[in-house]
Amino acid sequence: MSAIYSFHGGIHPEEHKSESNTSSIQAAPLPSYLILPVSQHIGAPAKPAVSVGQRVLKGELIAHADGPLSAAVHASSSGYIVAIEPQIVAHPSGLSDTCIIIETDGRDEAMPATPHPNWQSYEISELLGLIRDQGITGLGGAGFPSAYKLNSDGIHTLIINGVECEPYITADDRLMRERSDLLGQGINILQHITGAQQVLIGIEDNKPEAIKAVGTACEDRDWTVASIPTKYPSGGEKQLIELLTGKQVPRRGIPADLGIVCQNVATAVAIAQAVLEGQPLISRITTLTGERIANKGNYEVRLGTPVEHLLQHGGYTPEQSQKVIMGGPLMGFTLPDPRVPIVKTTNCILAPSKTELASDTQSQPCIRCGHCADVCPASLLPQQLYWYAKSQNHEQLNAHNLADCIECGACAYVCPSALPLVQFYRAAKAEIKEKSIEQRQADIAKTRFEARLARLERDAAEREATRAARKAEAKAKAEQDSRFAGEEDPVQAAIERAKAKKARLQQNGEPNSLHSKIEELTAKLERAKFGLERAHMSGKEEKVLTALSASVQRLERLLASAQAKQEQAQEPSE
Amino acid sequence: MMLQQVSSPHLRAARSTDEIMLRVLLALVPGIIAMAHFFGPGVFTNIIVACVSAALCESLCLSMRDRPVLSSLKDYSAVVTAVLLALALPPYSPWWLIAIGTIAAIGLAKHVFGGLGNNPFNPAMVGYVVLLISFPVHMTQWTAPSSLATIPGILDSVLAAMGSEAYDAVTMATPLDLMRQNDGLMVSALWQQYPQFGRFSGVGWEWINLAFLAGGVWLLQQKIFTWHAPMGMLTTLGLMSALFYDGGSSASGGSPLFHWLSGATMLGAFFIITDPVSGATSNLGRLIFGALVGLLVYCIRVWGSYPDAVAFAVLMMNFAAPFIDYYTQPKPYGQQARDSEK
Repeated sequence: MSAIYSFHGGIHPEEHKSESNTSSIQAAPLPSYLILPVSQHIGAPAKPAVSVGQRVLKGELIAHADGPLSAAVHASSSGYIVAIEPQIVAHPSGLSDTCIIIETDGRDEAMPATPHPNWQSYEISELLGLIRDQGITGLGGAGFPSAYKLNSDGIHTLIINGVECEPYITADDRLMRERSDLLGQGINILQHITGAQQVLIGIEDNKPEAIKAVGTACEDRDWTVASIPTKYPSGGEKQLIELLTGKQVPRRGIPADLGIVCQNVATAVAIAQAVLEGQPLISRITTLTGERIANKGNYEVRLGTPVEHLLQHGGYTPEQSQKVIMGGPLMGFTLPDPRVPIVKTTNCILAPSKTELASDTQSQPCIRCGHCADVCPASLLPQQLYWYAKSQNHEQLNAHNLADCIECGACAYVCPSALPLVQFYRAAKAEIKEKSIEQRQADIAKTRFEARLARLERDAAEREATRAARKAEAKAKAEQDSRFAGEEDPVQAAIERAKAKKARLQQNGEPNSLHSKIEELTAKLERAKFGLERAHMSGKEEKVLTALSASVQRLERLLASAQAKQEQAQEPSE
Repeated sequence: MMLQQVSSPHLRAARSTDEIMLRVLLALVPGIIAMAHFFGPGVFTNIIVACVSAALCESLCLSMRDRPVLSSLKDYSAVVTAVLLALALPPYSPWWLIAIGTIAAIGLAKHVFGGLGNNPFNPAMVGYVVLLISFPVHMTQWTAPSSLATIPGILDSVLAAMGSEAYDAVTMATPLDLMRQNDGLMVSALWQQYPQFGRFSGVGWEWINLAFLAGGVWLLQQKIFTWHAPMGMLTTLGLMSALFYDGGSSASGGSPLFHWLSGATMLGAFFIITDPVSGATSNLGRLIFGALVGLLVYCIRVWGSYPDAVAFAVLMMNFAAPFIDYYTQPKPYGQQARDSEK
C-alpha cells in the first residue's frame, strides 16, 4: 500500500450518493429516435459516413474519426438514417451541432462483432487503431479520445480513476461493483499498451463495496487499489495524480510529462469491450437522480437517447422553473432543452427539486473572507480574480493565473456572499480568448499589409530597373546602328519607309484597312468583356470594376464608329 | 416545458455573510461579560448607543447610495463595527462621543469607499483614531476596575451616556499608561506601588484579554478565519517584549505576558486584524500582516505617546496590505513542478 498524499483545498459537500447507488444497473428502453452528434469528444468532429435513407445496424460505423484527435461514432441500434442536420446538443449555451438521426426499427439488429481474444499478440499500433475505430473516448468527463492519450512514450505509471468525487453521481461506483472483471481486463490491456510498470487504482473511501470488488478482481496482480479520503475534487486528473504520487503536473504540461497516464474506470471497461468483444462504444452508464425522479438509479443508456426519454422512464415529474442538470451539481450544466441526447460524456442526469438545489440566493458584496482561496485546488486567489473579473482587468487576471482555474466550483460553493464566481471566471476567460483572437487577426492583417507594401516597393524598383536597362539597351543599339549604318542617311530611310507604306495602302484600299480595324476592335471588346465578367465573379474592388466597364464602353463606341465608317465607304460601291 | 438555465455550481454551502458576522458577535460575548464585570454597566451603554447610531448611520448611507436598506442591515456588518468600536472606547462615554465615532467608522471609513467589502481601512479603528485625536481627554479616562473602586450603577451609567456631568466615574491610569510613563522604577517596584497591576498585567485586563482569547479560539475552531494573522501578531509582540524586557529593570518595556494580556491585544489579534476586507489576502500575507501589526503595537506602546497602540498599528498596516498582497501571491498548482524543470 503506497502512501496517500494530499492536494491544496477541496470541499466536503453532502454526498447524496445513496439515492442512486443501492440498485443495480438497469437497461434503459430503446427510444424511437436516436440523435448522435458527430462531436461528442474533444478534437475534430467525426465525418458522417452514411446517407439519409440508409439502413444501419446496431454497432455500424456512421461517422469515422477525422484525424488522430477525433473519435468514431456508431449506430446504437438498428434503423434508418432519417436526417443529418444541426440539432441542439448537450452544451450549456444551447448550441446546435451536426447530428445523425436514426429512426429505430425496434429490432435492435446488431452487426457481427469481431472479438480479439489473443490481443496480446497484436502490435501496440494495432490496438490503438482498434480503440480509435471503436470510438472510445474518456468517459469520466472531458471526452478526450483515448487512443490519442494512450499513444505516449515513457509511461511508467498507469492511474485508474475510480474516484467519482461529484455528489449524486454513482455510475462508476455501480460499474466497479458489477463489472470489476471487465475492469481488470481493461486495465490489463491498458498496462500492455502503455508499458507502465506501476498501476494505481484510486477510489474514494465512500465506496467501500467498489473498493472491495475491484480489490478482489485484481487480487493476483501487483496493482495497488488506493482508498482515497472523500473530498471534492479528488477525481480531477491533476488532483488524483498528486494524491497518489505526491507530484504535481507541471503548469501547462500534461501527465505524460511525469510518465503518468490516467484513465477512468468506465473507459477501461469500454476498452475491454472494444478489444475483447469487438464492441464499439454505443452505450454508457448514466446516473438518473434528483428529487423529481421517482426511480433513481443507474441506467445503461444507448448513446443518442434523448434525455427526455430517459427522464420519462425514470418517472420524472417536473415542477415550476425546473432545472435538469447534465453532470453533477458542481460542474454539470443545466440543459437548454430536454430533447438533447445522452452522449459519451454524460455520466449523470440530475432533476432536483427547488428546495434541493436552490438557485435564487441573493448575492452580497464580497468581504474577501478568503474561504474561496482556502478551498481552491489550483491554489489561486478567487477573491482577487473576482475583483479583477468584475473590473475586466485582463492584465491582473493573467497575473493572478485565471487560466489555471479548472472551474470546479469549490470557491462558489463556500462563498458566504453567494457570488456566482465560476460564472465570472468563465465570462472573463471568454473575453480574454476573444481579445487574443482579435489581437492575432490584427497581427496577421498588419503583417499582410506590411508584406504588401514591401512587394509594391519591390515591384516598382524592379520596373524602374528594367526600364533603365531597356533604355540603356536602346541607347546602345542606336549607337551601334548609327555606327554600322555607314553612309546611309537615317532621314532618307524614314522617308522611304513612309513611301512604301503609302504604296501598300493604295494597293489594298481603304475599306480593307477599316475591316481589319473592326476585327481588331471586336477581339479587344471580347477580351475586355471577359475580363469584366471575371472581375465580377471574383469580387474585385469597385474601382477596378468601374474602370473595366468604362474601357468596355469605350471599345464599344470605337467599334460602332468604325462600323459606321465602313458602311459609308461601302455605300458608293453598291 | 421551459427549463431553468443557471450557471454551475448548483450546490452551495449553507454558510452566509450574516451567519459569519453573528458568530463574530457571539464570540465577543465572553469578553463583553468580563469587561462588564470589571468596569460596570457602562460597557453595555456604550454598546447600545454605538449599535443604535451605527444602524441609523448605515441606513442613511445606504439610502443615499440607493442600496436596499433592510437586506444590507441584516448582514450585521455595521453591528460588528459598532460593538468593536464600543469596546475600544472608555466605558461611560457620552452618547455624542460614540455617535461621532460611529459616523466616522460607518460613514467615512466604510460608505465613502463603497460600502461593505470595499473599505481599505478597518472602520472601527478609523472611528477610534478620529475620537482619540479629536477628544484626547475623554478617550484617556478609563474607569477604575471594580475591585479597586465602586463601579457606577445602571442609572448612573445611563446618565453618563446622556452626557450628564452629574456623575463622574472614578478613573485611573491604565497599567499600559503606568508602564510607559514609568521613570526609574524596577518592574517589581512598579507592581508594588500601583494597585492597578494584577498577576500578569492589569487587574481585570488579564481576565478580559483571556475572555477575548477564548472567543477568538472558538472562531478559529469554527474556521471563520485562519490562525495566520493572530499568530503573527502575538508572536512578534511576545518576541519584542522578551527582547526589551531587560530583566525587569527600570528601562523595561514589560514582559511578554504583560503585553499579551494588556489593553486591546487579544481583541485586536482575533477581532480587528482578522477583518478580511482591510487585511492581506493570502495566508502568508496574513502572517506577515499580523507580525508587523505586533511589531508596531510594541513600538507605539513602549516608545509612543498614546494609551494603546492597536488602532494605529492596524491602520498603518491597512496601508501596507495591497503591497503585502503583491509579494505574497501563492503559486498555482504545477508552478513548482514547472520551475524545477528549468
